[in-house]
Amino acid sequence: MKRRTILAGAVAALALSGAAYAQDKTKVGFIFVGPVGDGGWTYEHNQGRLAVEAEFGDKVETIFQESVPEGADAERVITQMALSGADLIFTTSFGYMDPTNAVAAKFPNVKFEHATGYKRADNVSTYSARFYEGRAVQGHIAGKMTKTNKVGYIASFPIPEVIRGINSAYIHAKKVNPDVEFSVVWAYTWFDPAKEADAATALIEQGADVILQHTDSTAPQAAAQKAGNVITFGQASDMSEYAPLPRVSSIIDDWAPYYIARVKAVMDGTWESTDTWDGIGPGMVGIGEISDAVPADVKAEALALKDSLADGSYHPFTGPLKKQDGSDWLAEGETADDGTLAGMNFYVEGITGDIPN
Amino acid sequence: MVAATPILLAALGELVVEKSGVLNLGVEGMMITGAICGFAIAVETGSPVLGFIAAAIGGALLSLIFGILTQYLLSNQVATGLALTLFGLGLSSLIGQGYVGIRPPAVEKLNLGPLSDIPFFGPVLFNHDLMVYLTLALCVAIWAVLKYSRAGLILRAVGENHDAAHALGYKVIHVRLLAISFGGACAGLGGAYLSLIRVPQWTEGMTAGAGWIALAIVVFASWRPLRVLLGAYLFGGVTVLQLNLQAAGFSIPVEYLSMSPYLITIAVLVIMSAPRKGKKGRASLAAPACLGRAFHASQ
Repeated sequence: MKRRTILAGAVAALALSGAAYAQDKTKVGFIFVGPVGDGGWTYEHNQGRLAVEAEFGDKVETIFQESVPEGADAERVITQMALSGADLIFTTSFGYMDPTNAVAAKFPNVKFEHATGYKRADNVSTYSARFYEGRAVQGHIAGKMTKTNKVGYIASFPIPEVIRGINSAYIHAKKVNPDVEFSVVWAYTWFDPAKEADAATALIEQGADVILQHTDSTAPQAAAQKAGNVITFGQASDMSEYAPLPRVSSIIDDWAPYYIARVKAVMDGTWESTDTWDGIGPGMVGIGEISDAVPADVKAEALALKDSLADGSYHPFTGPLKKQDGSDWLAEGETADDGTLAGMNFYVEGITGDIPN
Repeated sequence: MVAATPILLAALGELVVEKSGVLNLGVEGMMITGAICGFAIAVETGSPVLGFIAAAIGGALLSLIFGILTQYLLSNQVATGLALTLFGLGLSSLIGQGYVGIRPPAVEKLNLGPLSDIPFFGPVLFNHDLMVYLTLALCVAIWAVLKYSRAGLILRAVGENHDAAHALGYKVIHVRLLAISFGGACAGLGGAYLSLIRVPQWTEGMTAGAGWIALAIVVFASWRPLRVLLGAYLFGGVTVLQLNLQAAGFSIPVEYLSMSPYLITIAVLVIMSAPRKGKKGRASLAAPACLGRAFHASQ
């Protein structure tokens, strides 16, 4: 009898400490598409995770899983993370959209945050950054700097986010250099350094002297450096190790403030399903230092463009703009609404080639 | 050719391993370990040659872990190989912490003088670095050794029937360990080719599945060195070709271009390996009979 009491007491104590433990710490999970050391996209998300840890210290516990393939595997990994007691899970790639929503339906008490997607639920928020604002600055510099008038663009997957970037960069390159041409290569991967380097090399061999990338690793930078006389832009992260040449500027994703705010909301019980889409103004998109390889006047113009994007006085998609097939899209002075941008599946007039399905 | 060399190296190594009757699924792990070992040593010493040597040693050492576990401790080869991949990926990112964003010493292209000036064939065939040609030579050497030499015969005997080889007095375990470390060295070289020449930089997880492609090519090439060569060059060649076609703006839908390396390589190798009339079941005989089976002298 006595032994049983002790056992029961022990169990009760365990349960209590378990409950206390759970209340004490908010467990935050992250699903990454590449390794945290990719030097680009995933690296910046991981910096955001570390910022959450630094901000809340002992009150938070973060877990993460890297190099999770998009698709069926993702659903398994997210489920695992939800089962392990995570309160809030960030899934940080477009391809996790359906898996995230599928898992979220099974775990109504767990909060989910999906990056760059458009499907929401009561416990699923979406968040993204207006990378196309940064692309406008890049396009401007690219148009000014190219000597061959050929700009190579390494695209990943034909999703709205990538297409927006191509369009925005093209519009602003064309504005300052009417002869500019874009060649787009679809790599069909977010992270494969060898393939990214091959794609950059192929574009350079076809005469491109500016390489823009929408893939996650620094491999295109290395390939451009090897080829020489080519400029590139850091993608998602500053990639300053390749400055001042080939990397002349960059788009930096800063997720830390958002992650901290959302974790705080879960702790306070004020978390709600939202849709966040911030750009240069609120600081979610940063423009990395423009290196000295860029002439001073071009740099000044680029910074002015950045400022006008930041204060909202200029929108990258301002009419008159036509679609690739020549049909009208935006009238003079009209700006694109977020709905169209979020689902963008067409090129603007002047870009050659087709968007794969 | 640049895109094919890492896969070819890894596939050749794996071919020798499988010919000895061992299935090592850790190619990816050995490649990435080779990539960082080679990169680190090349950066520290400033010599790409030392880097490649270090990569071979690194890959071989890692593969010996697999060798000891499977050959002496008789662990399951499939599970151990998969574990080796995970271990290699982790180990490489640990070693690689301090090497992100560094530029490796350049590898000179081999100067073949007037040969590289021949239109079309010059740039295609005679404008590469030494490793490309060494890999080709290695491929022919492996073919010749397996086919004509006594060492090749012993290796194949061990792979086809380890009991018989043991009865003949050959040291099955030793032969296999040698084959495994050779495979590891080749995979390491392949990885170093990625980090020192093809990309050239160190990034975590940079092999991104190349090791698995190498494994697949060995099987589709029905364990023949020259077909492995064909498979790897087809895969690498078409991969680069499709990117070039995209960059040049050819109006072939990108979906087809993207899948073309896989489709073409598999189609060609499967057709070549298909059993022909009169020679019944050639393809099914191609796999070494003792592939993946553990050997212990007491059995």
